[in-house]
This record gives sequence, structure tokens and C-alpha cells, in this order.
Amino acid sequence: MSLTALIPLLLVQQAPAKTVDWDAEFGVEEEVRDPVTGELPVDPYDQSNTNAGAEPISGDRMAEQFGGQEGIRIIVNRMVDLSIEDPRIAAIFEGHDHVRLRRTLFEQFCYLLAAGCDYTGRDMESSHAGLGIRKPDMNALVENLQRAMRERGVPFGAQNRFLAKLAPMSRSVVTRK
Amino acid sequence: MKAPPLTALLASLTAIASSQAAAQGDETAAPPPPAEYNAKLLLTNGISAVDGASGGGIANWATIAGRQSDRGFGLQAHATFIALPDFAYQSQGVAIGIADRMELSYARQNFDTLDVGAALGIGQGYTLNQDVYGAKLRLAGDLVYGAPHMPQIAVGVQHKRNLDGAITAAVGAAHDTGTDFTFSATKLVLSRSLLLDATMRLTKANQNGLLGFGSVAGGGYSLQFEGAAAYQFSRRLVTGVEFRSKPDNLGLGEDDWFDLFAAYAVTRNLTLTAAYADLGSIATFEDQRGAFLQAQVAF
Repeated sequence: MSLTALIPLLLVQQAPAKTVDWDAEFGVEEEVRDPVTGELPVDPYDQSNTNAGAEPISGDRMAEQFGGQEGIRIIVNRMVDLSIEDPRIAAIFEGHDHVRLRRTLFEQFCYLLAAGCDYTGRDMESSHAGLGIRKPDMNALVENLQRAMRERGVPFGAQNRFLAKLAPMSRSVVTRK
Repeated sequence: MKAPPLTALLASLTAIASSQAAAQGDETAAPPPPAEYNAKLLLTNGISAVDGASGGGIANWATIAGRQSDRGFGLQAHATFIALPDFAYQSQGVAIGIADRMELSYARQNFDTLDVGAALGIGQGYTLNQDVYGAKLRLAGDLVYGAPHMPQIAVGVQHKRNLDGAITAAVGAAHDTGTDFTFSATKLVLSRSLLLDATMRLTKANQNGLLGFGSVAGGGYSLQFEGAAAYQFSRRLVTGVEFRSKPDNLGLGEDDWFDLFAAYAVTRNLTLTAAYADLGSIATFEDQRGAFLQAQVAF
């Protein structure tokens, strides 16, 4: 009975008017990318090189082996390109500002490799909080980074010396079993 | 007359069921990983030691078998052949890794005495056989990640059952079964591309148990050391040295073991290892040095 009554009710349901601005209705503020940097705004935080999660490598040999800032930028972009297409970990990057991600990762790598940058991103805990990253995800990212470094001809020993800087950050990055 | 409501009911039930399924799917599980999913980095499951545990060729390491990480069941299987001047050793085994936490292993060792068998009067080509059942538990640490000076630490137990009790009794061993206990610490020192392992083993085994355990003359448990140092040339290639000290319960001049090895990850799931092994004196036959070859598949 009630089901039979339901059908006419469903039929008389009207689609909402097309003119309603639902963002305004629910108080959603549109995020506007910065016209200069192309990045979405973030909540303020204290900027410091200590946020990079490790001390820079001493000497300038490593920076050379990575091809300086230009080489590092290519490696970072390649790693991000591989990772956002990698079915194992692509979901982690969804809904994140890839413009900002590329910049802050570049700054972090450049700072750690002593290639003459300051890191202005957030610290490792807060930048990875809530991402639910597991160790296999970290391994997948490492593989993508290894591939990016390999393609740029970074010697394997230098690759490992850089990974040695990143590996201890797993304590802040890997938050889920 | 009844048909429309029934159809509507079915439709709505289907809609509810599918929306619930979708909601549950969103909440509980990420989409299943693709088929090529290998949770561990290349080579970090180790190769398979002669006694079946994940490790090097002759030394047990703190690594856990299989290529799965903290949620999966990993599996590895190996076949090893060692060609020596007077003997031929062959073993095969399987190991499973549970959540990168626990490892259960089994290996069957076959030690062919070739001409020595005839010389000793036990028969040409007499083959000594042994089953090794192992369990290993990772207590702490991580091979690759975490604090640079904190190794992966594991304890293990290996129960060995020699299937040739008459021979082990004849050479003066007290038992044809024995249990080893191991404590291992292993770390990949990325900054130097070095893999380092140190393992302590409490054992009564003579020649790994192939000549029984202890001695009727009174040899019991002793603490032995085994270890490895290896250099990673690439993601796929690692070369190194291994050492394993052994007791001489039987007074046959049993020597420590050494090897120089190269392991190559041909694919994510296939690792080939070649080594030069120096197993010293075996059953009074000196200078048993030869080639160690292993094929390992891991998932």
C-alpha cells in the first residue's frame, strides 16, 4: 500500500531550480589560485628549514651529481608525474594542490642536497597527517624516485645517500599499518 | 496489478544495497592493489639460506620472507645447489612471511656423499637428508626505514630432523634431531649502500645437523656467530661476503663457513644468486670449496 503511494510522490518530486547557487547556499568559499604562483591558499604556519625533516648533506658533490637545481627540479617533477599516475598510490595525491606539492618537494630536495634553497613547506608530520600512508606506499614512492633519479643518471651510491636522508622520515610519514 | 509495486520494491532494494555496498567500499577498503603489487623494495626479502630462512646463502638474517608488507602473506620458494670437490649439496624449501612480522619456513636438505660414501662404507652416492622447520619473529626495527642506527631485529627457532639416524649415531652424534635458536640484527645502511647482518646462533648441530647433533662424548649447545656484509651496486644487484662459525662437537675438524656472493633480482619475483663457498673440512674431507647457485621465487 505505502509503496504504491510512494510512486506518485516520487513522480511529483521536482528537480531543484537550476538557478540556485549551492556553494552560497551552504557557505562554501571558492578557493582561488594565486595569480602569480598558481597555488591554492593554505592556513598559516611557521616556516623554517627545520620543517624539511633532516639536515642538509655536507659538501656540494651531491648537488652536482643531481645536476644542480635544474636537475633536482626535473627529478621532482618526474617523481610526481609517475606517482600521480601510479595505481598503487595515485589516490593519495588526489585532491591535493600539485602545484604547491611540486614546489615544496623541490625546495625540500634542493635544501637537503645542499643545492642552495630554503624549505618553506610544512613539517613532515603535518604535511602527511591524515593521508593514511602505509609502508608499501612509501616503497612505491621510493621506486618512483629511484626511477626519476636513474633516468637523470644519478649514480646509485648518490641515490642511496639521498634516500638515507629521507628514510628516517618514515616515522612521521607512515601513519597506518 | 501487484507487479509495479513489486518491481519498485526490488528496484529500491537493489538501489539501497548497491549504495550501501558503495559506501562500505569507500569506508573500509581502498580498491584492491593491482596484480603487480609488490610491497617490498627489491631484494629486501633476502635470499634463502641453506636452512630455509630468509637471509643470505649461509647466514640467517632478520629479514622476513616474501614480498608482502604489514598486511599481506608473502611467499618464497628456493632451490639451492652447491657443488663441492667431494660432495654435492642440494636443498629446496618454502617460506611464508606473515604481515612482515613472522616467517614460517621449511627446507629439505640433501647431501650427496658421491664417492666418499663408498670410501666410508655407507655406499656410493649415499645421500644424507634433513628436514628443517623454522619460525622467525621480527621484534623491532626496520631493514630500510626508521632510525639509521636501529636495525631490524628478529629471533628465530629452527627444528632440524636428520633422516639418517644410523649415520649420525655412527659418527658419534648424540641425537638425530636438534633445535637452533637465533637472534639477528640486519640493516641496510643506505648512506653507504651497505647491508650488514649479525646473527648469534645457539646450536648443537654438526655440519648444520647433517651429521647429527651434539656428541656422545659430551658436546652440547654452543653460541656461534654468523654475519654478512654486502654492497648494493644497483637496485637489482648486491654482492657481499658471509661468514658462519660452527662448533666441532665430533672432533672431525669441522670448519667455519665463508662465501662470496652476488645476488641479482632478474624480476621482482625471481632472484638468482651465485656464490663461491668455502665450507672447509666436511667429515675429514678437507678444502670443500665450490660453487653455490640458487634460484628463488618470491611473491
